[in-house]
Amino acid sequence: MGKKHETPLLDELKKGKWVSFVREIERAAEKSERTEDLLGQVENSYRDKITHWKHGGMAGVRGYGAGLVGRFTEFPEKYPGVKECHSMRVNQTSGFFYNSDILRKIADIAEQHAGGLLNLHGSTGDIQILGVWQAEAEEAFQKCAELGFDLGGGGSDLRTPSCCVGPARCEFANYDTLQICYDMTQAFQDEMHRPSFNYKFKLKFSGCSNDCVAAASRSDMAFIGTWKDKIKINQDEVKNYVKKFNVQKYVLDKCPTKCMLFEGENLVIDDSNCVKCMHCINEMPKALRSGDEKGLSILLGAKAPLVTGPRLGMMLVPFYDVLEDSKNDYEWLKGLISNMWEFWDEYGVSRERIGELMQRVGVVTFLEGIGLEPIPEMVNHPRGNPFIKFTDDED
Amino acid sequence: MPEEVKKKRITDIGPHDFHDYLPPVIKKNYGKWAYHEILDTGSMVHVAENGDKIYTVRMGSPRLVSGSFVRDLCDMADKYCGGYLRFTTRNNVEFLLDDENNIEPLKKDLEKLGYNVGGIGNVVANIVHTQGWVHCHTSASDASGVVKAVMDELYEYFVEDKLPSKVRIAFACCLNMCGSVASSDIAIMGMHRKVPKIDSEKILNLCEIPSTIAACPTNSIRPDTIDGKQTVKINDETCVFCGSCYTVCPAMPIADSLNDGISIWVGGKVSNARTKPTFSKLVIPFIPNDPPRWPKVVEAVKTIITAYKNGAEPGERVVEWIERIGWTRFFKITGFEFTKYHVDDFRLAETTMNYSSQVRF
Ligand code: SF4
Ligand code: SF4
Ligand code: SF4
Ligand code: SF4
Repeated sequence: MGKKHETPLLDELKKGKWVSFVREIERAAEKSERTEDLLGQVENSYRDKITHWKHGGMAGVRGYGAGLVGRFTEFPEKYPGVKECHSMRVNQTSGFFYNSDILRKIADIAEQHAGGLLNLHGSTGDIQILGVWQAEAEEAFQKCAELGFDLGGGGSDLRTPSCCVGPARCEFANYDTLQICYDMTQAFQDEMHRPSFNYKFKLKFSGCSNDCVAAASRSDMAFIGTWKDKIKINQDEVKNYVKKFNVQKYVLDKCPTKCMLFEGENLVIDDSNCVKCMHCINEMPKALRSGDEKGLSILLGAKAPLVTGPRLGMMLVPFYDVLEDSKNDYEWLKGLISNMWEFWDEYGVSRERIGELMQRVGVVTFLEGIGLEPIPEMVNHPRGNPFIKFTDDED
Repeated sequence: MPEEVKKKRITDIGPHDFHDYLPPVIKKNYGKWAYHEILDTGSMVHVAENGDKIYTVRMGSPRLVSGSFVRDLCDMADKYCGGYLRFTTRNNVEFLLDDENNIEPLKKDLEKLGYNVGGIGNVVANIVHTQGWVHCHTSASDASGVVKAVMDELYEYFVEDKLPSKVRIAFACCLNMCGSVASSDIAIMGMHRKVPKIDSEKILNLCEIPSTIAACPTNSIRPDTIDGKQTVKINDETCVFCGSCYTVCPAMPIADSLNDGISIWVGGKVSNARTKPTFSKLVIPFIPNDPPRWPKVVEAVKTIITAYKNGAEPGERVVEWIERIGWTRFFKITGFEFTKYHVDDFRLAETTMNYSSQVRF
């Protein structure tokens, strides 16, 4: 079969060593005819240097306000196959673990009911099946559901939570990122499927401060694994590392708080001054391990630039004993989250992320609103200006 | 409207339980891993407290993949690792093997199929990116094409470990910034440079005027009336072309084929190791879109990588290197021009100035 659309510009992107997305779109088009028009549409954008997707238009499945993202071409006559080209967000597994059987079935759904194309995975974490038509959305959704996969979030709702590989395959994990990610996703199904927030809200779980899911730079609530007690030192393994590289220069001297030193051949750590940055453990994984009193820190308010500028996560709760709380069905954490959502619902405005609300009303007001006390861990340093608004309760 | 389905409709079941897809050796050693070792850029081994091992073979992926790609992976997983595989946050594919002897044959098979094995260690990792012209309506540039062109050029750094530390590159095609683009060693970002056009004919039908006004970070949108009809006007002097208004109001398109393009940022960091996480900082405010291969963008990224490789000490991330040598020297070494756009004038602008007499000559 000949090509439906000539794509000289895209063909340039089939050259080179890196695996080509153009080739992937072509392979998808072999199975799903509508995707030939996607090639045509994208080539058209390459020619015109502009997107040709329309803004707006609804798509969805009954009872859900999220999970299907509507996408329509500007040129339905020219590219009828992408007249509708919605993407179906399918909630990934914790840690993105699959087997060949389930992935083949998901590929079948993508080929039979969509454009044969997938994002593995979308930025937030979902599997995205691209090229869905509204008429088939329900069937594609139910076929995923029969496999045990529900849809993910979208719009002004709880976005699909995601986590790092954690205890499944990482010795650095300080808590079970996969389990809490699964549990929270299950606990907040309604908040994910039926948008009713001011704007999006993200939960991401990293097992240590290496933060492999970039939780603290993009999620409203970031959960970063940490420990309270001493780093465990295997002195024999330290000696082995000393034989291999300059441990003083590359580990001790780079500790941000200079809390490590050698006493003779023995490594000593002043754990009271360790900020759990992970550097030494990353460099000498055989010799050093985090302590026994493990848990996580909660950072609040990270987000991308829109609307009032980007923010990184701010320390909110230095230590949360997740293991203990999980025995109570996460009663404390769920309480904190619902306090925040209530405050956000009451005082936030449309398209205001929770970090922006905190900035607008002031951190202290925000803390009062959600029932937390200000503590020194939250600041880099105390106030440096004298413009203090004393209140009457201060006698 | 979706058609009624006869069968009982399944809703609100959440994601599939991940336990069903964990390989047996992971199930057995869940939470009991002792340490790991990188074998080469394409493979690593994690060793459990009891001595059990799991081997990981990593390959790059364009993220946007066909069903046939998925079947290729599945065939490989069936052949070499009992069907078990996973993906990483940076869109790599990881095969999870319990037999060390399968590593090399698997790598060979993957390479035979045209896939890229690598991405572990002090390498340029797979580029996290967004939808671009392939699938989004607000994009100022394509995503996949730029990523493909950059990765073709940096391929050697994906397959060979020869950088001072890891380099994370990310791409976003507009300031909505799907993904954690702004905290990357190198961030490539689509930029609009023209004020949105207002379609006053359609605005009342398509948009809610108060929320459109509220969407603007610089208070540049005001209500207006044209021929007695309600619309909005934009203050050209203060608009920063962020596209936030377009996101809520389809009648204010901002994409512009002649004026859209790409900016480049460096020195972001997500991990807390040694230094705190930080956003990437502006290096090149604008490079015009130049499909299909964006040569100037590719060249700029290559320049940064080369300067970093030559200048950084072992273990230093890009931001640590730049902070050691200073931004003045960074601009000198790379030859990029420092312009008025590099001085911040937004919300935290004042905090970014140098309040000291410290400079390097
Ligand atoms: S965040 Fe920490 S625990 Fe999680 S995968 Fe990364 S290094 Fe491991
Ligand atoms: S974790 Fe970081 S702060 Fe703590 S001892 Fe190691 S290098 Fe120092
Ligand atoms: S970064 Fe912007 S243009 Fe790109 S996919 Fe996300 S919302 Fe769309
Ligand atoms: S593009 Fe951004 S700054 Fe300009 S009017 Fe729209 S929202 Fe305001």
